[in-house]
Amino acid sequence: MRVAGLFGAGSFNKSAHEREMTDELDSHLAMHIADNIRAGLTPEEARRDALLKLGGVESVKEAYRERRTVPFLEHLLLDIRFALRQLRKNPGFATTATLVLALGLGVSIAIFAFVDAALIKPLPYPEPSRLMAVTESAPGFPRGYLSYPNYRDWKQSNTVFSSLDVFDGDGFLLKTPSGPEPTRGGRVSAGFFRTLRVNPALGRDFLATEEVPGGAHVVMMSYDTWQRRFGGRTDAVGQSVTLNSESYTIIGVLPQDFHFAALGAAEFWKLYDPSSECAKRRSCHNLQGVARLKDGVSTESALAEMTVIAKRLEDQYPDSNRSQGASVVPMSEADFGYLRPILLVLMGGATLLLLIACINVAALVLVRSEGRKREMAVRSALGASMLRQFTQFVTEALVLVLAASALGIVFAGWAMQVLKLLIPADMQPGMPFLLTLGLNPRVLIFAAAVALVALVLFSITPALHLSTSKLRDGLAEGSRGSAGMAWQRLGSRLVVVELATAMVLLVGAGLFGKSLYRLLHVELGFEPGQLATMSVGAPDIGYSKDQQRIALGKDVVRQVKAIPGIEAAAITTVLPVSYNGNTDWIRFVGKPYDGKHIEVNERDVSADYFRTIGAKLVRGRYFTDAEDESRPKVVIINQTLANKYFPGEDPVGQQIGDTSLTPASLKTIIGVVADIKEGTLDTEIWPAEYHPFNQDPNTYFAVIVRTSQTPGSVLTALGPAVHQIRSDVGTFGEVTMMERINRSMTAYLHRSSAWLVGGFALTALLLGVVGLYGVIAHSVSQRTREIGVRMAMGAEVGTVYRMVLKEAGWLAALGIGVGAVASIASAVLARKLLFGVSSWDIPTLLVVAAVLAIAALVASFVPARRAASVNPMEALRSE
Amino acid sequence: MSLGDKAEVWQGTLALMVLKTLETLGPLHGYGIARRIEQTSGHLLAVNYGTLYPALLKLEQEGSIESEWGLSENNRKAKFYKLTRAGRKQLRHEAQQWTEATLILARFLTSGEQSSGEQSA
Repeated sequence: MRVAGLFGAGSFNKSAHEREMTDELDSHLAMHIADNIRAGLTPEEARRDALLKLGGVESVKEAYRERRTVPFLEHLLLDIRFALRQLRKNPGFATTATLVLALGLGVSIAIFAFVDAALIKPLPYPEPSRLMAVTESAPGFPRGYLSYPNYRDWKQSNTVFSSLDVFDGDGFLLKTPSGPEPTRGGRVSAGFFRTLRVNPALGRDFLATEEVPGGAHVVMMSYDTWQRRFGGRTDAVGQSVTLNSESYTIIGVLPQDFHFAALGAAEFWKLYDPSSECAKRRSCHNLQGVARLKDGVSTESALAEMTVIAKRLEDQYPDSNRSQGASVVPMSEADFGYLRPILLVLMGGATLLLLIACINVAALVLVRSEGRKREMAVRSALGASMLRQFTQFVTEALVLVLAASALGIVFAGWAMQVLKLLIPADMQPGMPFLLTLGLNPRVLIFAAAVALVALVLFSITPALHLSTSKLRDGLAEGSRGSAGMAWQRLGSRLVVVELATAMVLLVGAGLFGKSLYRLLHVELGFEPGQLATMSVGAPDIGYSKDQQRIALGKDVVRQVKAIPGIEAAAITTVLPVSYNGNTDWIRFVGKPYDGKHIEVNERDVSADYFRTIGAKLVRGRYFTDAEDESRPKVVIINQTLANKYFPGEDPVGQQIGDTSLTPASLKTIIGVVADIKEGTLDTEIWPAEYHPFNQDPNTYFAVIVRTSQTPGSVLTALGPAVHQIRSDVGTFGEVTMMERINRSMTAYLHRSSAWLVGGFALTALLLGVVGLYGVIAHSVSQRTREIGVRMAMGAEVGTVYRMVLKEAGWLAALGIGVGAVASIASAVLARKLLFGVSSWDIPTLLVVAAVLAIAALVASFVPARRAASVNPMEALRSE
Repeated sequence: MSLGDKAEVWQGTLALMVLKTLETLGPLHGYGIARRIEQTSGHLLAVNYGTLYPALLKLEQEGSIESEWGLSENNRKAKFYKLTRAGRKQLRHEAQQWTEATLILARFLTSGEQSSGEQSA
């Protein structure tokens, strides 16, 4: 207690004690002087005598102070003051070390914040780890979709989930005063929000009794929609909205912080209609399941039971459920698992960068401790204990790390904002975790842990260094002894690590850059340069009959074609470079069939589609506009389908049907088109079939135009051209084909890894080269005398250059060698993220090695020149 | 130093002298304590005033004495120290130890002279 009191009294109430001490000494002096005067001394003598006997006011005060406080704290304060003074005395070191460390810390904290938000706690629902994404699986679709009848069976027979619900993304045409506006939405089973454990902010949730054929006409909306479209008025609940020309009553508003990543920016949520045409077929897969595990049930046991149920259904319904298994994965994995590899790579990159930054700062600290050898020797000679010296190092490291951490956290805050800005706005609704991104306690704990490691590193390095060297040697002016060599060895090793790390990052950047290039230059099977696209959606009312849909398709094509500058126009149900999916199960007439599903991409396109996008016809012919229901059904297949199922045959003239070859399903192959990239850029080509839109029309399709102008310039004209004659349909998503490709998630992920790792790599290169320069320059300064002797003995300038460059060359070669091995190892680890380039990409390795070698040469040339310009006489005299 | 011809106060004895002075004279300021020690020693001892104040602080921290600001005989503001109960106890204890130690030392020194005398005989 006493100590605690002294702690406070001694250290923090210092000025009061100082004053009291001064007062006491003053009164002492006054009394002494008065006595002396009484004894007959002159006032001047009296004062002098009093002061002499006190032994100097300041030293008494100092002795007094020593007693006053707990020594440790006092020493710490002294050390901190000393450390600050040291740092201030050497602003170059202080600024460089703090900035480099802050940079390393900032980057790793920012990336960790993303990892934390996306991978550690991404779901904004209670007990998120119990939420599972439940779907069917099939060959080619490890996580496919779920059909409604299967969902009903799964829901009834499982014992592992406390609840299982389904959702499906949907688009609605919302009736507004300014015409129909396409909005995003979702269709869900009644218990969906209860499974997520989300309660409406206003109004009520769906009732189980409302999930009936025909569907209760009730709708819930997002908080954002409520604010934006209804001004946040509470009487919005109970009002009605018109979606797809049907009236729905608003029953509830979702909470402000509610997000559902799979459906992104959904505005309206309505109930799934069990009476829809698709809901009746086990083979129509359009739903995704979300379930909550019962207590004590693991993901694995849930998957095991669902697999058993799926198998039973497969036996029961062999035609529709053939090879349809089950998939149960944590919802966070389903929603954000695709981000894991890239985030881990970025985290790895940031860690390497932090490593380089730490090594650089450690090297700076080392150089400084080298320079302070004399100071340390003097302190030690004057009686400073090893412990006391060590605490001095710890304190200096502490001041450095604290300053760098504070700055690093500020950096991290900026970096997060910048990284967030780099994510395209239309991708952000799919990443709701971005809203919680920030310096939360977990991120701060991470920052503290990293800072602690740095602190230990920076306190131990100089202490190790000094304890290996003989402090006494430091007293002798200019002595070098073993310490210089020890430092040289340690410094060299650090530089090799630095160069190797820089090499790993450079190779990573090179491989990602090459992947991105390959990805953006992948064979598409069409010419995207002059294309622009727009989506069109029509309500069911007024467009329920095929004839109405065909007429709409023809009108849309005619209207956009009339826009000046448009050379060709066509429609398709799914744009190229979207996804492999929207498939059909087919069978070939006259070929053996084992019941296994032959799953192919299915696209319904208008007659001019292939000509518009610039696809290449391999055999046969394209569709004509006249081919509609009145004509025999025809189909065009892609090259992959032809190669796979008609090897060595001419597929033209052959027939394709459904799994049971129903006569009405039979279509004749009239042409083979060169493979068009239907899936994402990095996926393989699947077999595909193309139907004439006029024989299989739809209410939802995309229009695609070829223009002779810049495609961006026609975008704004597309919508109005359609609305001119069809005011009841919605148009949205106007974008050029090139932009669509460049902005796709695949391209985005590849681009961001290339850019970020590239940024890391450049920083690492810079720091590594600076590190190399430091070591070589230091080595040269240590060897000035030796070089002077050599030159005095007749060594030529070239020899000196060679000597210095050889030392640097060794370090660089070692760094590059170690780096090459480490690069290949890390590239193998990250191979899933590479596209069209192997982990062993020799050109990348060679280019990076060359870049590093040149950078190393430049870095060591400066000290080499200094060495060569040494004046032998001066070098010798300076000792 | 002008103190050259006088014996310095031995390490460890200053505290004892301070405590004894305070017991004899009651509350007293630092200057007074110093003067009193010098006077008692018949001016054979010179108190280094510089060591006195840290010693006072140490005793205060240990709880043997306590301090209070007051007025000196000449109406000057001064800090007065006085013995606490613990201080009295410590004084008794240390005085006894010191007496014992000096007795032992005295006996030791006397016996040494005797034995050397015997040997020479």
